[in-house]
Amino acid sequence: MIRISKRAGISTWLSVLIRVIAVAAALLLCLLLTFLFTGRAPGRVISEMIGGSFGTSKRLWEFLQRTMLLACIAVGLAPAFKMHFWNVGAEGQILIGGLGALILMKFCWRLPSLLLLVLMAVLAVLLGAIWGMIPGFFKAKWNANETLFTLMMNYIAIQIVLYFCTIWEGTLGTVKIGIVNGKDGMPAYHKGWIGEMFTGGFNDKDFMWLVLIVLVVVVAMWAYLRYTKQGYEITVVGDSEKTAQYAGIRVQNVYIRSMAISGGVCGFAGFLAVSAVSRTLSESTADGRGFTAIIIAWLAHTNPFLMVVFSALYTFMELAGKQMASAFQLNNYYSKILTGIVLFFVLGCEFFTNYRVRLARKHKGGAAK
Amino acid sequence: MEKNAIELRNITKRFGKVVANDNVSLNLRQGEILALLGENGSGKTTLMNMLGGIYLPDEGSIYVDGEEANIRSPKDSFTYGIGMIHQHFKLVDVFTAAENIVLGLEGKKGRLDKASIRKTVRDIADRYGFEIDPDQKVYDMSVSQKQTVEIVKVLYRGANVLILDEPTAVLTPQETEKLFAVMRNMKKDGKAIIIITHKLHEVLDVSDRVAVLRKGKYIGDVETAQATQQSLTDMMVGRAVSLNIDRPKAEQLVERLRVENLTVKDKDGVKKLDRVSFTAMGGEILGVAGIAGSGQKELLESIAGMQPVEPGAAVTYIAPDGSEQLLTGMDPLDIIHAGILLSFVPEDRFGAGLVGTMPITDNVKLRTYRDRKGILADQAKATALSKKIVADLEVVTPDVNRTPLRRLSGGNVQKVLVGREIASNPTVLMTAYAVRGLDINTSYMIYNLLTEQKMKGAAVIYVGEDLDVLLELCDRILVLCGGQISGIVDAKTTTKEEIGLLMTQFRREEEA
Amino acid sequence: MSGFMNFLASLSTTLTFSITFGTVILFGALGEILTEKGGNLNLGVPGIMYIGAIASLAGSLWYQKLASGAGFAQSLGGAYPITCVIVCLFFAFAAAMVAGLLYAFLTITLRTNQNVTGLTLTIFGTGIANYFGGSLGSVGTVRADVTSDAVRAYIRPLVVKLDALTGNLTIGSLLFHHGFMVYLAVVIAIVLWFFLKKTRTGLSLRAVGENTATADAAGLNINKYKYLSTCIGAGISGLGGCFYVMEYIDGLWETSATIEALGWLAVALVIFATWKPIRCIWGAYLFGLLSWFYFLVPGLFKGSDKIFQMLPYIFTLVVLILVSLRRKPEDQPPASLGKAYFREER
Repeated sequence: MIRISKRAGISTWLSVLIRVIAVAAALLLCLLLTFLFTGRAPGRVISEMIGGSFGTSKRLWEFLQRTMLLACIAVGLAPAFKMHFWNVGAEGQILIGGLGALILMKFCWRLPSLLLLVLMAVLAVLLGAIWGMIPGFFKAKWNANETLFTLMMNYIAIQIVLYFCTIWEGTLGTVKIGIVNGKDGMPAYHKGWIGEMFTGGFNDKDFMWLVLIVLVVVVAMWAYLRYTKQGYEITVVGDSEKTAQYAGIRVQNVYIRSMAISGGVCGFAGFLAVSAVSRTLSESTADGRGFTAIIIAWLAHTNPFLMVVFSALYTFMELAGKQMASAFQLNNYYSKILTGIVLFFVLGCEFFTNYRVRLARKHKGGAAK
Repeated sequence: MEKNAIELRNITKRFGKVVANDNVSLNLRQGEILALLGENGSGKTTLMNMLGGIYLPDEGSIYVDGEEANIRSPKDSFTYGIGMIHQHFKLVDVFTAAENIVLGLEGKKGRLDKASIRKTVRDIADRYGFEIDPDQKVYDMSVSQKQTVEIVKVLYRGANVLILDEPTAVLTPQETEKLFAVMRNMKKDGKAIIIITHKLHEVLDVSDRVAVLRKGKYIGDVETAQATQQSLTDMMVGRAVSLNIDRPKAEQLVERLRVENLTVKDKDGVKKLDRVSFTAMGGEILGVAGIAGSGQKELLESIAGMQPVEPGAAVTYIAPDGSEQLLTGMDPLDIIHAGILLSFVPEDRFGAGLVGTMPITDNVKLRTYRDRKGILADQAKATALSKKIVADLEVVTPDVNRTPLRRLSGGNVQKVLVGREIASNPTVLMTAYAVRGLDINTSYMIYNLLTEQKMKGAAVIYVGEDLDVLLELCDRILVLCGGQISGIVDAKTTTKEEIGLLMTQFRREEEA
Repeated sequence: MSGFMNFLASLSTTLTFSITFGTVILFGALGEILTEKGGNLNLGVPGIMYIGAIASLAGSLWYQKLASGAGFAQSLGGAYPITCVIVCLFFAFAAAMVAGLLYAFLTITLRTNQNVTGLTLTIFGTGIANYFGGSLGSVGTVRADVTSDAVRAYIRPLVVKLDALTGNLTIGSLLFHHGFMVYLAVVIAIVLWFFLKKTRTGLSLRAVGENTATADAAGLNINKYKYLSTCIGAGISGLGGCFYVMEYIDGLWETSATIEALGWLAVALVIFATWKPIRCIWGAYLFGLLSWFYFLVPGLFKGSDKIFQMLPYIFTLVVLILVSLRRKPEDQPPASLGKAYFREER
C-alpha cells in the first residue's frame, strides 16, 4: 500500500532537485514527441530548441523581451497571490492598461516624449489598478468569489478593446488599429514608443529598455513584499485573517489596496506591451500571457526572482516550439503543446515537494484509514 | 449474565508523547444511560472517538455484544451498530434533513424515494418523540434541530449504541429537557447510550451510572442513585495537588480594566456572554475558570476589539497616568493608535496570534513593524527583540530568521508568543490557556513571567483549565458558567471543590 | 414592407445562430456543472472543448476515408450517416474525457491547484487541437462532409407537418429546424437536473462538492465521485466542440479563437445559472442571442456588436454580486469548490 503524508518541510536542494527532474522528464517527452512527429534525430531537435531562443541576436532579444514581459505580469500577480487572492484577471488588467497607454499615444503625441511616456505609464497603471480594485472591493465587502469575478473582468476588457479596435480600425473591415504613429514623415512618427526616447526609432536593441524597466519592477516588488509595512501585512493576511485582525490589520483595506497594486503592475505590463513591443492594441495584445503568468506566479511561490526564472523556462519552450515548427514544417501551435507538457510536469511535481510518498509496511496503530 | 453492549479493555492511546488514554477499561450495559464525566483534556472524547472509528487504539481491545470488534473507520462503527454524535455536526448545509439522513446509504433503487424516506423518518420521530421536519434545510435549523438530525441519522442506520459528545453544551435548558426525554425513550426501546458532559445536575438527572476519567486515567464508576454533586466533583477534580507556584503580593492594587454589562452574541445570535461585569486590578492575576466554551474566548476577544459587543456594554481602560479610555467600539488598530498597552495571548496560537509560515523574527514583527516612520516595516526592533526572547526564554530554533514557526515545538512557539506580548510592558495582559500542551518546565517559566508582569503592576487575566494552577497562581478567580459569572472568589481561601461546583452549577432558578 | 421582411429574415438568421452558439455554450456549461458539483473548478473547459472539436473532426475524417476506401465502399455503400454521427460523438466524448482524466489525476491524486491546472489544460488543449487542425492539410479545405451533413440534418417530417399546421407562423421551421444535437443538449440538461436532484448518486455527488469531509464520514468514496464527475463532465463539454465543428463550420477546421471564447462563456454561464442545469438552457440561448444581437440591429452604432457581446459577462458579474449579497444558500457555489481534499492522518 502507498502511504502519503504531508511533509513538515523540505530542504532547498531537494525541492530544486525534484523540479529539475520534472523539467528533464518533460523535455525528454518533448524530444520523444518531436521525434515521433518528424523522425528527426534528437541532436538536431535539441539544437533547434536551443536555437529558438539563442540562435541569432534577433531571437535572443525576442527571448529576453518575452521573458521579461511575462515576468512583469507574474510579478504583478504576486501581491494578490501572496494574500491568497486568486487574481485570474491579469489578462484584462493588461488590456485595459494597454488601452490607457494607447489612447495617450494616439491623441496626445504632441507632448514632450518623456512626459508622454510617463503619462502613458501612469494612466495604464491607474486603469489596471481600477480593474483590479473592483473584484477586490466585492471580495472584501461581500466575499464574492474572486476567481470567477476576475475571470469575467477579462472578457469585459477584451470586448472594450475590441470596441475601440472597431471604431479606430486602421483599414476598414480589419478590426485592427494598426501600428500607431508608425508612418514615416508624419509629425507623430514614433511618438510614445519607448525606443524613440533612446535610439530615435525601433530596433531589437530597444527591448533592452523593456528588460531594464522590468528588472526594476521585479526588484521593487521583491522589496515591497519583503521590506514594507504593506508587504508584511499582505503576508499576514494571506496566512491567517484572524491573526491579521488580532494585530490591528484591517483586512478589507488590504484586499482592496493589494488588488489595486496587482492590477496596477499588470496595467503597467500593458503599457510596455503597447509602447515597447506591439505599438498597437488588439484583443491579442495580452496573448494569453495573463493566464500563463498565473501559472508562473503559482509555480514561483510568489518569489519575484523565481518568476523571472520560470518565465525564462516558459519562453524558452515557447520559442523552441516555434523554431521547430518552422524548421520541421510543423505548425505554430506546436509550441503550445510543448509548453503545456512542461507546465503539467512542473505542476505535478509540486505534489512530491509537499507530500512524502512511501511504500508502507504493515499498518501499525495510529490513525484509522 | 447478559453481555455488555460495549466493553473497552485496557485501552491506551498516545499522541506523540502525550498519553490521552492510559489503560482504560469501561463497560456499557445493555439499555442503560452511562454518563462519562471528566474535566477538559481528561480523554473522554478521545476514548469515544475510538468507538466512532476516528482513531485506532494503540493498545487494548473493544468488544461489541461480547464479540471482539475491529473498528477502523466510521463506516465500520456503523456496521457494529454504534452511532456517534460529534460536537461538530457533520451535515451538508444545503440539504434537507431527509437528504442528510440518507446520505451515503445504498438504496434499493437509484432514485431517491423521498416519500418512503420521509415515512421512515417520521416513524423514528414518533417512536422516540423527536420533532423533525424531513424537508427542512439544515441552514434553516437551530443547533438543537441539527442535533436532532444527527441523532435520527444514526437511528435510521440502525444504531443500538449511541454516543453523544457533550450534546447539551449547545442547548438551552428547555431543549436539554427535550433531549433527555428522547434519551429516556430510546433507553426504553433497548438502546444503550453514553453521554459525555461536564454538567453535574444533568448527569444526576438523566444517567443510570457515571464513569469518571481524570487526566487520561479511569477513576471509577458509580450508580447515579448513590452519587451527589459533591461526590462526583471530588472524583472528577481529585485531591488538590501542591504545585509550589510562587505567589508574591504586589505592593498596591490599581484599577486597570473595568468591564461592565458585557454581552456578546455569536453569528447565529446565540448569547455567548451574558451581562458580565468585573474589574481587573494592576498587581494581581485574575484567573478565569470555567468549562470549555463558557464564554472565555468571547470575553478576551471582545475586550481586544476583535468581536462586536451588544449595546449597553462598557469596557474601560485606565492608563497608568490615571486617564480613562472607553475600549468599546474600538478595533485592534484603534487600540494600538490610542496608545493603549493591551497585550493578548490568544488560545488558538496559529489561528489568531501567530503566523505559522513565518520565522520568529517576522512573528515578533507583528507587534513592532509599525514602529518606524515611512513605508518600510521596522526590522531592527524585531531582530533585537527576537534575539532577546530566544536568549531569555531559551527558545530552541534552528534559525531565528528562517525556520517557520510551525516547525517548532509547542513550548517554543508559546514562549515566542508570550515573550512578544510582554515585551511591550503591557498595562493589561490577557492570556488564554497559556500553558496548554506545554511541558512542566515551560509551564513554570510562563507562570513566572506572568507573575513578573503582575509585580511590575500589570493587570493579568489568566484563563486556565487546570484548577490546581489557577488556585496557586492567581489572586482572584472569576468563574464563568454558560456565559455568566457564577462567582468571583479569593484564590487563597477558596477550594478546588468550590470552584468545581461554580463551574458546573447553573443558576437553576434562571433555567426554569 | 420589405423592411419588415428584411427584419424577419435577419431575425430568423439571428435566432438560428443564437441557438447554435447557445448550444455550444450549453454543452460546455452542463459538463462544467457536473464537474463543479463534485467540487472541482475546471478552468480547462475551453481547452477541453477544443480537444472535443478536433477529435470529432479527426475521427470523422478517418472513418469517412475508411468507409470510402475500396471494398468497404462497394459492400456497404460508403459511410453511413448514422455511423458517422456515432463515430464523431464517440471521438469527441472520449478525447475530452481523456483531457478530463489528466485534469482529475493532477488535481485529485496529485492535489495540484485547480485554477492553475485548468488554465494549463486550456493552453495545452488549444495547442493540441490547433496543431492537428492546422496539420489536416490547408485549413478550410478538408471537410468531414458526410458527418457534418448528418449532424446538421433535421427531422424533416416533423418540420413539414408543424409548418403545415401553423401556416404562416412556420413554428416547425422555427423550433425544429436544427440538427439533433441542439435537442440532445436540452435533453442532457434535463437528465443532469434529474440526476442531481432525484437520485441517490446525485445526492452523494453534491455532498462531495458541498462538504467533502461529511461525505467522507458518510462512507462515500470521494475520489471515485470526483474522478467520474470530472471525466464525464469533460466528455459533455467536449460535445460542445464537436457540435461547433460539425454544425457551425460545416465539418471544417478554422483557427479563429471562437471555441475558446465560447468555452469561457460556458464557464460564465455556470455562474449565471447558479449551478442549475435547467436555468442553463435559457441562459445559454440568451448568451447566444447577445453574441449575435448586432445582426438584428445593423448599424446601431459602430462597434455596437462588441458592446452587446460584453453583456453576457456583465450579466454574469451582476448575478455573482447578487448571489454574494443575498447569500441564498441554494445559489452559492458548491462549498468545497476549488479545494483539494486530504484526509489528514493524525
